[in-house]
Amino acid sequence: MNILPVFVALPFGVAFFIPMVSRKLKWVPDVLGNITTFILLILSLMTMNQEFVYHIGGWKPPIGIVFVLDGLSCLLLIIINLIGFMATLFSVEYIEKRYTSKLRYYSLFLLMIGGMNGTVLSGDLFNLFVFMEISAISSYALVGFGCDARELEASFKYLVMGNVASLFILYAVALLYGKTGSLNIADVARILREIPYDNLIGFAFVLLIGGYMVKAALVPFHAWLPDAHPSAPAPISAMLSGVVIKALGTYVITRLIFNLFGFNQIISNLLIYIGIISMISGVCLAILQSDLKRLLAYSSIEQMGFIIVGLGLGTPLGILGGIFHLFNHSLFKSLLFLDSGAIEYETGTRDLNKMGLLYKKMPITSFSTLIGSLSISGIPPLNGFWSKLIIILAAIKAGRPIVALWAVIGSILTLSLFIKVCRYSLYGKGEKFDEEKFKNYKEVGNLMIVPLIVLSILCIFTGLLLIGGENGIFGPVVDVINGGVLQYINKVLGS
Amino acid sequence: MIYYLCFVVFLIGLYGVTCKKNIVKIIIGFTLMEYAVNLFLILLGYRKEGIPPILSKGQDIFEFSKKAVDPLPQALVLTSIVIGLGVLSLMVAIAIRLYQRYGTFDITEIKKLKG
Repeated sequence: MNILPVFVALPFGVAFFIPMVSRKLKWVPDVLGNITTFILLILSLMTMNQEFVYHIGGWKPPIGIVFVLDGLSCLLLIIINLIGFMATLFSVEYIEKRYTSKLRYYSLFLLMIGGMNGTVLSGDLFNLFVFMEISAISSYALVGFGCDARELEASFKYLVMGNVASLFILYAVALLYGKTGSLNIADVARILREIPYDNLIGFAFVLLIGGYMVKAALVPFHAWLPDAHPSAPAPISAMLSGVVIKALGTYVITRLIFNLFGFNQIISNLLIYIGIISMISGVCLAILQSDLKRLLAYSSIEQMGFIIVGLGLGTPLGILGGIFHLFNHSLFKSLLFLDSGAIEYETGTRDLNKMGLLYKKMPITSFSTLIGSLSISGIPPLNGFWSKLIIILAAIKAGRPIVALWAVIGSILTLSLFIKVCRYSLYGKGEKFDEEKFKNYKEVGNLMIVPLIVLSILCIFTGLLLIGGENGIFGPVVDVINGGVLQYINKVLGS
Repeated sequence: MIYYLCFVVFLIGLYGVTCKKNIVKIIIGFTLMEYAVNLFLILLGYRKEGIPPILSKGQDIFEFSKKAVDPLPQALVLTSIVIGLGVLSLMVAIAIRLYQRYGTFDITEIKKLKG
């Protein structure tokens, strides 16, 4: 079973093939883009419950380069390709009306997906950096895709911060290579356990984690996110908020901390403090916004805080909560961003004050917005409730009631935030509500509806995935993270 | 010692990126940072009076491994130069478009996004 290289090769191949053929044939980018992401989704579902190490070119590690598939990478692969497929379905009509160049859009989109697939599969520090740069560069270009003044400004800001982070990461990789003489993550972990601790290693750790925290948009490093996510086209916002900050940020932080450097009390405290600060400041800034997409972007920062708190607790239950919340957040946040795209597509505005009574004219869109809002604010039968509940329970069980208290406060503030959204846009009226324009609103087209319905259904039912707890569907994922450094070394290098 | 000098170049680049107001100077800061990292990688593999890492016929393998420079950082640097080129060209393209929209390279005057 060697399907792992396909995850990287297929999107890259199609990305270069699309511009070659589609100057004459206008339908090619849509069809090829959607088929590619659909195939990737099927393939990623096929990798469930499998674990293997693929040696590129047949060279054994630590000399050769490896792709590692385990529970954590598998979960991330499914998230990336599921949201990717939904976003491409949504793009067919959305990009047609609002933007010009479809072939460039799909090329960049597939490069981004391929880069992220490579990031979550790679078992090599430098390849991790290269794949991350591929998807980061295409996302810089996609944020500025409209070439409007604001979009260019956001894109430049994102580029500057992202590139500084990338150079930090490269410097840290060079330091680690100089110290250990190896680039394979498992091999570096093995050597780091043997040599005594050195300030240089600590410096490399700080540079690496700091760099990836910029990509994950945790609070001291979040300044690019509220500009970049609203400025991008809606499917790209859904990808950026739903997937990119997780695949490039949280995933890599988790992998490096739990499988390379090793987890300890200091790191646990660091993660929990950063998580709580992100949580509270993200939601407080979000409540002040009146721009729908900017509000959603700030709420992304907040939800990333929840995930990091869950992971930082370090107990199996906390890790389960963090991972489950990561999965749920990618579902409901991309749902909400696609909804905001549909609303903007129809009404031409993102300002909450100018919207109102959308449930009369756009029933399906407003219903899915409602599902997403209830889910993100943690109303019982929906998936967001279960993951938040687990994080709070884990905090209490780990003997940190203060953390649990902050999580509850964050949750309540999120509820008030999304009551505001529903009140202004769906069931009430904003202050500058326009009767004249309101008469012309209608439901968006079928291809834009389908992803909204699918994601809403997933939001309602994925709470069921939790059956079995730490030994259920998320068992292998928790096992990878909780197993720590030794288990990972044995798996990759063979004992 | 030379590693520290490398780091100093990196810091000068970082200073340029964070403290300068002109977009072109920010871009120059980025190129400085990139060069510093590349130089650092090359220096890791450098060896005084080293020989190219190609094993020719009749060469003693132990003698060879004592003298040859480390080829891996050079491969890494090639890759990172290509990535740097991609980022640089995107950055310059966005800078040109920004100049068309705002009529200035001063980042303190480019501030339509707020909140």
